[in-house]
This record gives sequence, C-alpha cells and structure tokens, in this order.
Amino acid sequence: MASNRRAGSTTARLIKLVGKGPVQAVLVVLALLWLVPTFGLFVASLRGVQDNAQSGWWTAFADPEQLTLDNYRNLLGNPDMTGAFWNTVAITIPTTLLVVLLAALAAYAFAWGRFPGRDALFLVVVGLLVVPIQVGLIPVARLYGQLGIFGSIVGVVLFHVGFGLPFAIFLLRNFFVGIPRELLEASRIDGASEWTIFSRVVLPLGTPAIASLAIFQFLWVWNDLLVALVFSNAQTRPLTVTIREQMRAFGSNINVIAPAAFLSLVVPLIVFFAFQRYFVQGLLAGSQK
Amino acid sequence: MTATAGPGAAPKRPPSPPAGQRRGSVALKTAIFVLPALVMLGALVVYPIFFTVFRSFFDRAGDAFVGVANYQRMFTSPGTLTAIKNNLIWVVFAPTIATTLGLIFAVMTERIRWSTAFKVAIFMPMAISFLAAGVIFRLVYEHDPERGLANAVVSGFVDTFRSPGPYPGARVAESGWEESEGAFLSPGPVETGEFAQIGLLAVSPQLIPEQAQPARPAPAPGQSESSIWGVVWLDFSPGGAGEPGVIDPREPGLPRMRVEALQDGEVAGAAAAGDDGSFVIEGLDPGSYRLRLAASNFREPFGGIPWIGPTLVTPSVIGSFVWIWAGFAMVVIGAGLAAIPRDVMEAARVDGATEWQVFRRVTVPLLMPVLLVVMVTLMINVLKIFDLVLVIPGGAVQDDATVIALEMWRQSFGGGGSDFGLGSALAVFLFVLVIPAMAFNLRRFRLEG
Repeated sequence: MASNRRAGSTTARLIKLVGKGPVQAVLVVLALLWLVPTFGLFVASLRGVQDNAQSGWWTAFADPEQLTLDNYRNLLGNPDMTGAFWNTVAITIPTTLLVVLLAALAAYAFAWGRFPGRDALFLVVVGLLVVPIQVGLIPVARLYGQLGIFGSIVGVVLFHVGFGLPFAIFLLRNFFVGIPRELLEASRIDGASEWTIFSRVVLPLGTPAIASLAIFQFLWVWNDLLVALVFSNAQTRPLTVTIREQMRAFGSNINVIAPAAFLSLVVPLIVFFAFQRYFVQGLLAGSQK
Repeated sequence: MTATAGPGAAPKRPPSPPAGQRRGSVALKTAIFVLPALVMLGALVVYPIFFTVFRSFFDRAGDAFVGVANYQRMFTSPGTLTAIKNNLIWVVFAPTIATTLGLIFAVMTERIRWSTAFKVAIFMPMAISFLAAGVIFRLVYEHDPERGLANAVVSGFVDTFRSPGPYPGARVAESGWEESEGAFLSPGPVETGEFAQIGLLAVSPQLIPEQAQPARPAPAPGQSESSIWGVVWLDFSPGGAGEPGVIDPREPGLPRMRVEALQDGEVAGAAAAGDDGSFVIEGLDPGSYRLRLAASNFREPFGGIPWIGPTLVTPSVIGSFVWIWAGFAMVVIGAGLAAIPRDVMEAARVDGATEWQVFRRVTVPLLMPVLLVVMVTLMINVLKIFDLVLVIPGGAVQDDATVIALEMWRQSFGGGGSDFGLGSALAVFLFVLVIPAMAFNLRRFRLEG
C-alpha cells in the first residue's frame, strides 16, 4: 500500500517535471514582457535625440556607439531638473515622517486607549480609506489660498499627510491591537506614562508595520503627480510634474524625459528591492487602499 | 451603532482599566494622541468632502447658486460623457484582466523553483510611478515600427506572413492600364510570342534594388510560341533624358516584379522579372492574354498599429495599467493560495479530479474572498485613474481617452479651465462611485472584527 502510493507520487512527479517545461517557457516570456519595457526606457535614456527619433532603442545592440552618457550629464547640469529632484526629496521625507508619527500615535490610542467615541471614530477612519483625492483638491486649494501656503512645499506635504493618514492609522492600529496586553499592563503597573509605553513598548514592537507603512508612504508620495500638479508651483514642483511638462513635446525632449524618468524610478526601485519583504507585508495588510 | 461604542463593537477590546480612579486621566491622555491626526483628517479630508458637495451647486466662480446645473452639464456635455463612458470601460475590463492574470501567475508559479525571481519581475512595476510607466509605454506604443517596440513586434509577425512588396506606390506609366485592388491590368491582349514592354513610374530611388541592371530593350534569343516575353522597367531617368515609352540605356529594370498572364480572368501563368527587368511567362497555350502586375508588387510595408490613436487609446492605456497592477493581484492571490489547506486539494486529487477540476471547483471557490478583495481594490484604483491617461495619450487624443478624474482636474485646474462648479460635481460623482467600496470595507472590517 505504502509502496504503491510512493510509486504513484513518483509518476506524478515525473509528469509534473515534464509538464513544467512549457509552463517555464511561458513564464520566461512573461517575465521578459514585464521587464523589457523598463529596460527599453533605460537604453533610450542613453541615446541621443537623433537616434531616438530615427530608430528603436534595440538597434543600440547592433550599434553600441549610439550609447552615451550625455543625456545624464545634461540632466545633472540642468538646474530645473536637479531642483525638481530635491523638491521631490523635500516633499517625500517630511510627509513620510509626519504620517508615521501622527498615525502611530492615533493608532495606539485607537488600539489601546479609552475615550468616548473611540470605536465610532475609528470606523470613520476606515470609511475615509477610499475617499478620492479629487474631493480634496478644490476646497484645500481655497484653504491654502487663505492661509497663503498655496504653491509651497508645506502645502503639498500637508495634503499628502491628510490623505495618507486613514490608511496609515488603519494599518498600524490593526498591528498594534495584536501586541500582547500583558506587556502594556506590566509597564502601566510600573507607573510608566502613556507616552513612555507608546515610545518604549509599542513603537519598538510595531517596527515591522511601521516599516511597511513608511515604505508605502514614501513610494506613494515620491510617485505622486496629481497632488503636486495642483499644489506646487514652478519653484516647488517635484520631478514628476517637471517631466510631465517636458512631455508636451515628447519626441524632441526624449533626451531629457527618458533620463529624468529613469532617475525618478530608480529611487523607488532601490527602496523596493531593499525592503521588499515589508513592501509585500504592507500590501497584504492593507489591500483596500 | 451609537457614538459611544458598546462592548463588542470593537474587536479585541482592551481590558478595563486596572485602577478605576485613573480612568479619566487615561482617557484624556489617549485622546490627546488621536488629536493631531483628527485635526489633519478633519481639515484636509472630512471638511473638503462637505465643501465639495456644497460647491458643486454653485457656478464656475462660486458667485451664484445654480442648483443641479453642474450635474446636468456633467451628464450632457460630450467631454464629460466621454469620460464617464471611458471610466465604465476601465472599471469593467482593467480589474478583471489584472485579477485574472494575477490568478494565472499565482497558480503557475506555485510549483516553480524560480518563482521568486518571476514574482519580482512582475511585481516591480508596482514600485514605480504612473508617470514613469507612462513614459515607458509612450515609447512602447510609438506608431512607427522602426521605433515603437509593440509595433516592431507586430510588424515582425505581419511582414513574415504577408511580406511587403518591392515597389509600394509605383504605377504603370502607359495610360489605359486598369488598377484594381492594388494590381494593374493591361488594356489590351498580348499574343503569345510577343514582346511586352511595361514601363513604370513613381518608384522612389531607394526602392530600386542594388542588383538592378539597365533594362533589356529586346527579347533574348529563343523566342517561343508558348511563352510571353517582356520587360518591366523604370520609364524615367534622373535628369529627364529619357523619352516616355522608350527604353533608355540609363533606365533600370525592376527585378522581382511579378507579372501574370490572364485568360478569362484566370491566371494561366506567371513570372518574376530578372535583374534587367526581363521576364518570360512559359508554358502558355498559344493565344491572347492580358497581363497583370500582381498586387503583391505594390503592397505597402506594415505601417504599425496606432496604439495611442483615438480608437485604441483606452485599451492601450488599460494595458499599461495591467502591466503595473497584475503583480499586486498575483502577490495577494498568491498569499491566499498559500493559506489554502493542502489536504483539501489532495483529497480532490485522490478522488480522481483532474488538475483543471481541482482549480475550478476547489481552488477558485476557496480563493473567492481574496479575489473579491483584489477586484474591489483595483476597482477603487481604476475609478480614480488619472496619471496614465494624462501622460500616455498625446495632445488631442487625450479628449478621446479622458476619464472622470482627469476631467475633474482639467475642468478645475488644467488647460486654462477653472470651472470649480463642474469640477466639484465631477469630484462628488467620483466620491459617490466609491461609496459601495466604502460600505464593503466597513462591513468587512466589522465582520472580521
């Protein structure tokens, strides 16, 4: 009986092995299909505007002399582009820090605090998860006009924080709820303040969720176009908005667009590869956003 | 549910305070923790929802109350109607395709050793911006097959099965030749044993092959009663030295030109011209025939599919969306797949179910909750789709590709428009569309508890 089953599973394994050949081939083609377009942008970013106007990027393999670093050299010498790059940084980093801090505080209170209306308020936060950014644009633009921060980096950051918070609070609260009660109670009996418990117990234990959130928030803001399109001005606009300006004349500006686009996607890719695990965790934890 | 939540409303409700007298102070302290977030949410999300609804009943500058006029315009003006129609196409197709692909990928990679590498490749676009993806796909979708990857691949296939002719655009110089379906038919009959001279014009110089020789003005010896002899040549020499209808020594033959002999509309014989333009159609019954220059001589090379032209633009942009989001679907579904107890599938297999039956009857039903979450997530995303549609279609095509979120921006901020009335109405419409998703989230959250 047992040997019979083993024989059966060997046959099954053999069938699987043979059957896997075509599946593997299909997967290789699919992986190429997914990788080649980005690679094409990279190669295009290394070719002159004339070459890009006359032939496809793949011809560079037959004629490697097309490849040049000139586009990147010009990009780094272009104050509009370098300025935009630093604007992107100046928008993304504070937003990420603020969202993480405010959301962690709120999430801790929603998970373990006791105050009237706590659960109702949290349901409101869950409800806000899907609110489209478009709903905020006109009123906040008006508000910023009154406050005098329309066009400033502060304005862009605050808008991102507002619309980033529901997801952030939701993600962290669900994680914090899972922290063993005894840990918090022990600190409380030792006379620790709420702030001490939060900063000494909850934050360290919540690191995985906070990392996921920070990565998400970073990518989301780094990659944003719409918010910056509305709330930034010529001095404060990030890379995405600057590239999109250039795209009005795609063909003749390709030597600017391609390297800038590649520069703008390299940073998220590095973050993605460095923190892949947290990225996927965050995705699985809050897939409704 | 009332404002002060009763026990059981919140999952994993924390314990009652250890010391009753500290209750008030703990409540106060923790409430302070939520305060900054609530202020931000109130000012930047909750208040704007109400203001946008309110604003949508006023005119473009906000001076006059106009009732539902903005909503009427939204559902009657061609621009916004196109946006709504396109959004509908998006919502129906994009989530379905991405989820289906994600499911297929997740199942396919389940037992492959290098599945992690594959997953990283598929998932990678999730990290990059819609803008960068837009630039990537602008390059992929270039119309010219010489430059755009998609059309280079397509034209590679098309030209293999339907090769372009050697002389696109050329025509017969002599009048009276009848052109039909790309071919040229001689006006009168040609007898077997005769020598036919067929001069052509409008052959662009770079199309004349290297091997072309000066046209042979007379038949080679060995004339036979069962064949038609002739020459096809370019009846034009640069500088205009040649005389029309006469084979000038500087005028080249047109190699590879295919000439057919027709009798009663049927092809009785055919030949391709040599380097000097001469041809011999052999094996004919003596008699009279009409000559035809086959359409294949003049077939244009494949010019490429206009991916981001007015008709195909929405499917093309959806393609780029699927490229980005299939990885998300794959990862979430893959996690769901890993959570399915193996023994359920094994049991089905032991009972004699085929792999397809296991997939269809066991895997998919067990995955249903996950598939639903993925679909809803993608639908919310698709409703708000903006960047890809702003970036990929160039210029005027944007009008054909537009979606609600883009139209909201264009009416309110972009393109010189500052119609905050219509813009607000579009934003409200978008908000109303995501309310079912909101309800889904709330319900799911309270069930999961």
